[in-house]
Amino acid sequence: MGIKGQIHSFQTLGTVDGPGVRFVVFMQGCPWRCVYCHNPDTWDFIAGAEFSVSEVVEKINKYRNYISGVTLSGGEPLCQPEFAYELLKELKEAGYHTALDTSGCASLNFRLPENANGILSVTDLVLLDIKFLTNKDYRDKSGADFDSVRTFLDLTAQTNTKVWIRNVIVPGMNDSEDDVRKLAQFLSLYTNIEKTELLPFKKLCLEKYQKLGIRFPLSDTPQADVKQVEELQNQINGQRLVAI
Amino acid sequence: MFTQWKNFIPGSWQKQIDVRDFIQKNYTPYEGDASFLQPPTKRTEKLLHKFENLLSLEKEFGGVLDIDTHTVTSLLNYKPGYLDKESEIIVGLQTDRPLKRGVNPFGGLRMTRDACKAYGYELSDKVEDEFKYRTTHNDGVFRVYSDETKLARHVGLITGLPDAYGRGRIIGDYRRVALYGIDFLIAEKKKDKAEISKMDMNVDTIRQSEELYQQINFLGMLKDMAAMYGFDISVPAENSKEAVQWLYFGYLGAIKEQNGAAMSLGRTSTFLDIYFERDLKAGLITENEIQEIMDDFVLKLRMARHLRTPDYNELFGGDPMWITESLGGMGEDGRTLVTKNTFRMLHTLYNLKPSAEPNLTVLWSKNLPENFKDYCSKVSCDTDSIQYENDDMMREKFGDDYGIACCVSAMRIGKDMQFFGARANLAKLLLLALNGGKDERYAKQVGPEKPVYDGEVLEYDKVVERLDFYRPWLVRMYANTMNVIHYMHDKYAYEKTQMALHDTDVRRFMAFGIAGMSVVADSLSAIKYAKVKCVRDPESGLITDYTIEGEYPAFGNDDDRVDAIAQEQVELFYDELKKQKLYRDAIPTLSILTITSNVVYGKKTGATPDGRKAGEAFAPGANPMHGREKNGALASLNSVAKISYDCCRDGISNTFSIVPEALGRTEKERFENLTAILDGYFRQMAHHLNVNVLNRETLKDAYENPDNYSNLTIRVSGYAVNFNKLTREQQREVIARTFHEGI
Repeated sequence: MGIKGQIHSFQTLGTVDGPGVRFVVFMQGCPWRCVYCHNPDTWDFIAGAEFSVSEVVEKINKYRNYISGVTLSGGEPLCQPEFAYELLKELKEAGYHTALDTSGCASLNFRLPENANGILSVTDLVLLDIKFLTNKDYRDKSGADFDSVRTFLDLTAQTNTKVWIRNVIVPGMNDSEDDVRKLAQFLSLYTNIEKTELLPFKKLCLEKYQKLGIRFPLSDTPQADVKQVEELQNQINGQRLVAI
Repeated sequence: MFTQWKNFIPGSWQKQIDVRDFIQKNYTPYEGDASFLQPPTKRTEKLLHKFENLLSLEKEFGGVLDIDTHTVTSLLNYKPGYLDKESEIIVGLQTDRPLKRGVNPFGGLRMTRDACKAYGYELSDKVEDEFKYRTTHNDGVFRVYSDETKLARHVGLITGLPDAYGRGRIIGDYRRVALYGIDFLIAEKKKDKAEISKMDMNVDTIRQSEELYQQINFLGMLKDMAAMYGFDISVPAENSKEAVQWLYFGYLGAIKEQNGAAMSLGRTSTFLDIYFERDLKAGLITENEIQEIMDDFVLKLRMARHLRTPDYNELFGGDPMWITESLGGMGEDGRTLVTKNTFRMLHTLYNLKPSAEPNLTVLWSKNLPENFKDYCSKVSCDTDSIQYENDDMMREKFGDDYGIACCVSAMRIGKDMQFFGARANLAKLLLLALNGGKDERYAKQVGPEKPVYDGEVLEYDKVVERLDFYRPWLVRMYANTMNVIHYMHDKYAYEKTQMALHDTDVRRFMAFGIAGMSVVADSLSAIKYAKVKCVRDPESGLITDYTIEGEYPAFGNDDDRVDAIAQEQVELFYDELKKQKLYRDAIPTLSILTITSNVVYGKKTGATPDGRKAGEAFAPGANPMHGREKNGALASLNSVAKISYDCCRDGISNTFSIVPEALGRTEKERFENLTAILDGYFRQMAHHLNVNVLNRETLKDAYENPDNYSNLTIRVSGYAVNFNKLTREQQREVIARTFHEGI
């Protein structure tokens, strides 16, 4: 297969992006600019290094003895749909559990949803970031739109692909019980969602921003209180049960 | 036939000494979970409290609570000592009072004198007089050492050699005391001696015969030692409490006699389980009582001490004894050797809080019961106190009744012993090779003389050629040195008690070691893949520094370009070892292990071509250098896993530190993921892994506020250590190590 992917880096020991120990491939390039992005070094589409599908698979095979599966993350893997498809297909055929970690930018100009559909056919699990619930918030805080995310989520439902939702809790932005209730309400429409993970906002990425000379928009926002996020997580777990 | 063997399944073990046969015929594998484990009893808590008070006193007194400078330590030289005579279940102390240290000048008088001085004591005239007319091991060695060896020691090319203290790394089969009683063991040894006396008398048979005489003599003393505590161990142990007590007496005799660097316990938990199961079945004991016995036994082990000098502590930081107990593993017949008592031994880390001793070592097999794997992972996450070694790999070479001495040295219990030989500094060898045999720090001619490498840029082929010239020289000198050391140790400080608990006809290993492997691999990689230029000292003309242009692949990234260099250098070293004629026809083995000496080795080594500055610490054991691992934890593990165990039968130590968050979000995830990592690592044919699950911030805080962290235990190289007992320098080095973090 001649297709090449632009890749930021590999993490051989991923334990927070899908079930079990995972090999994580970080794709290079993302069109969005979320205010709390912790990987600003993956934005640039030109940076990183080129790899062929077989080169990546060969790398992953060295960790076959440890891992439960592979997660394709980024950057935004859906921005390199052909490569993502070929890689995930190869991995599935080799017997790996595959996960796609995406923000769901489906209606962007990347020949989707056809491609997304294809990708989902070789994806066991989608890790989908739901950042906000309105187009306005998405525009203001991500430079994106909610509709595209919804389109993508619909697509996962149609293809009956398992989804884990992830939502970063930022103090003063979306950390109220009401915010979480609304999120749960919206998600309750989708029966293919297996789990919703609320992640506390952290500022470990500050150094990366400084290195890149980019202003971190939330540099003045405090980190989320882990205990509080745990409580919200309990709330949403309970609510999901009720909804089902 | 002993009545004490009632209800045991008979076998050949009854006719001759064969503990393995006894275990295989009688043990009960356990595949269940940890829910049966019992909390500490009130009594245990009370004793633990008493012990903790003594520990803080010991700390306040600068690390040594008390020294008996008048009494040379041996089996019968102290009155019985107790922590709490009324309520102790298992009894016996090294001296007459808890944590009081005896003096043991058999290894070397000067070291004993210095050790006393370091803690404000003076070795008594009585002991000085006694040893005026005695040759110590250290005296013997220095009568024979060549100038070459002395110089190599001085510059730190070979360091940590057991030439001034007991060599250790010998595991007595302490189980034999419980199973057979002393009289049976003496009778067997007498038979062996009678057999030898029929043979031609030559150096070997005469030495063997005298050793047997001493073994028999010390078995008798072991019996007398137990009698001082009111026990008759001439006969086998009758019940489980006695079995633990008899076994412990065997160990206690060994540590009263010897101050070897590593005084390991062996593989005792499953053996003891047989006694516990028999008593449980007979309704003689409850689970609560069994745990209480094990807790008390472990408490005794935690009280073992030897008197060391500050120099020694630099090499082997944290006052370790390496009371290594090997746990779990699989039998040759496919049944697991995990028993309930394996769990109980690990559980002492909860009942008695985390601790560096005993050095609990899990023999990991892919076929271990899942419940046990999960429990181990939990214990690692909770306590950072255990290490793992590849049972599937070692069983092939050592069978299923081997144990680990010290950190990573496998040996068949009661059938193998080793001549411990610390390590050679491989990074220094590289610098020596470049400088034509001159040491880069002292500018002294240490090895054979050659012109200093000329030319500005280091060329890989030329450097390797130089290494190929100096390596055989080093290995021969190192082997000669070891032959001298062990000849003299046998002559002047022979391990009577421990060897009495071995078969007479033992297999001997001579264990060599190397330090600085990753420094050398990275240096050669830099020379090969980047451009390394020499910086010369204008006065001496020696190369004392290097500049690197460009990038090079570093060890620890699962990159074959450099990993193959590491493999090759280790193999070449081992090939050279195999050519040596060794004392008592010992089999050469090699380890990649540093203990905490990676700091000292670094201090004594000039700048290296990988960019490491002069004096900077090496990575411990076979670890990649700090901060050079760029592809995550598993890539780092894979690099180390490539070093061949066939070349390093004495072990390949790897220390792995990871922050909890990087192991998973929930506790359950962390346990499962750690299990997956261990399974994966050992499937890669890796040998050893120390696991730390903690944050760098915790260590930094402990560095600043030691009082808040009296139980903070961490794994270093092949052993665990109480963080507070490390030197400040060692602590800083541990903090600087790679902590695998999430992204």
